[in-house]
Amino acid sequence: MRGIAAAKGRRTRRHLAGRQWEGLIFVLPSLTGVIAFILVPFLDVIRRSFTEVMSGKFAGLKNYRTIFSNSAFLQAAGNTVRFTVVCIPLLLMGSLAAAVLLQRQKRLGSFLKSMYLMPMAIPVASVVLLWKLLFAQGGMLNGVLSFFGAAPVDWMNSDCAFGVLVFSYIWKNLGYDVILWLAGLSGIPESIYEAARVDGAGEWRCFVSITIPNLLPSLYTIAVLSFLNSFKVFREAYLVAGDYPHKSIYMMQHLFNNWFRELSVDKMSAGAVVNAAVILMLVLLLQRAWEKE
Amino acid sequence: MKNKLLLLLLILLAAICCYPVIFLLTGALMDSAELKERLGPVLAGSGGFVGWALLPQYPTMQNYVELLLDTPEFFVMFWNSVKLTAGVLAGQLLIGVPAAWGLARFEFPFRKPLYTLYIILMMMPFQVRMLSDYLVLDALKLLDSHPGIILPAVFSTFPVFIMYRFFRGIPEAIIESAKLDGAGSLHVFWFIGLPLGAGGIVSALVLNFLEYWNLIEQPLTFLKDKTLWPLSLFLPDVGLEKAGIAFVSSVVTLVPAVFVFLLGQDYLEQGIAASAVKE
Repeated sequence: MRGIAAAKGRRTRRHLAGRQWEGLIFVLPSLTGVIAFILVPFLDVIRRSFTEVMSGKFAGLKNYRTIFSNSAFLQAAGNTVRFTVVCIPLLLMGSLAAAVLLQRQKRLGSFLKSMYLMPMAIPVASVVLLWKLLFAQGGMLNGVLSFFGAAPVDWMNSDCAFGVLVFSYIWKNLGYDVILWLAGLSGIPESIYEAARVDGAGEWRCFVSITIPNLLPSLYTIAVLSFLNSFKVFREAYLVAGDYPHKSIYMMQHLFNNWFRELSVDKMSAGAVVNAAVILMLVLLLQRAWEKE
Repeated sequence: MKNKLLLLLLILLAAICCYPVIFLLTGALMDSAELKERLGPVLAGSGGFVGWALLPQYPTMQNYVELLLDTPEFFVMFWNSVKLTAGVLAGQLLIGVPAAWGLARFEFPFRKPLYTLYIILMMMPFQVRMLSDYLVLDALKLLDSHPGIILPAVFSTFPVFIMYRFFRGIPEAIIESAKLDGAGSLHVFWFIGLPLGAGGIVSALVLNFLEYWNLIEQPLTFLKDKTLWPLSLFLPDVGLEKAGIAFVSSVVTLVPAVFVFLLGQDYLEQGIAASAVKE
């Protein structure tokens, strides 16, 4: 009896294992494309990053040394890091505050939420016109500021351009992050708050001791998605300021576009590898920190 | 009192978010004289500042007519945008839906590392893929053509990630019972996976419509022939001298996106929220 049952168990297990392989068939078309269009060409880029363009000979780290002594690369890398470090915490905190406040608005809540998402739908190209009129020397923003006696600023052609870009990013992504935080907030059981209130905890105390710790698991995903979206500000920067914007908003993508125009395959390949490595490390690092939670 | 103040703050924030739409609609209805006068400080540097109103002085359809009659290149680009977006979305459906299903519902070897790989690829910005895309497109002779923009985008792993989350949420019991009734894997996928995961599929479509309607980097790099350009590259070419045309074409670019946004809003929210859930 026992032998039959065991044999039967083995059969269903083997049967199951056979079925599980079918999953790969579903994935295969996509995987083939990913390998052919992304992975293999990227391996080629890695190979190129270690070779000389003209002779095709192995060049060691020469291409990497070239980009790391290239002032445009350092400028773009610095700006990108600065942008990430300034924007992401600002966006995360701002959207969390908005989400917490929004959650209490029973009547207008869902209407306001959709309004916050609207910038996601507005094509960058359509915003450009407003941005140009808003931030020009004789633009609307300076007009408003002049009421308060401030001197006009040429927003796009001074260090303020960085601020404009930060504003664009937050404007565009606030709604997206609010939705993400709301999803996290809705997972916190109301009973915990009630228990805390019975014990005499105030609103701020509830926020710090209940809301924040319970939202930590969402933080990883929200941070990663915000990071992903931060690469897209190049679109605004490019459309408003063109190929050669003010140096404070000269991003990686501007640099790559210029390299592409010059057909500097050596710099592009080394640059792509460095970029990919940094992003890979960041994602894995965040993931590990997250799994420890 | 404090609550009223906070609500006011939230409403103000919403107004800032939506203002560009109102701004464009107003500007598109202004006649050329009014636009010229209002934009003077920026265009001619005539001193003072651009002043704006909530409503045009003499609303007119003149700009719309002008766009309709005098700018044939606009229609070409509009059509290009439609072709590119539709091509990408159709391809992503065809390739991405089964992939998400396979990753979400089967336990084959290397499933987990594969999924991690997909997430990592989804994070890579265009600058990382620029050269490798160029090499592939060059080898396939697809540079300067629409398929050259569509094909790499079809294998984007972002839609797989979104749909994966939804397929993962289908209760195992439903699938088990169908299998006991003798349904094959394809049957289960078609008759259970697709209907129950439809929300995820629509979410991915809405999110990606907004993304590809906005496509800038790829066409800018890979399309030299301006007649192939999408709308997103038309507007910066117009310039403020033709402000009327610029406003109207901004509005026309905006309309499909807002339309999709309003129709698919619930799915959009679900799609965004799905990625926040910890597995």
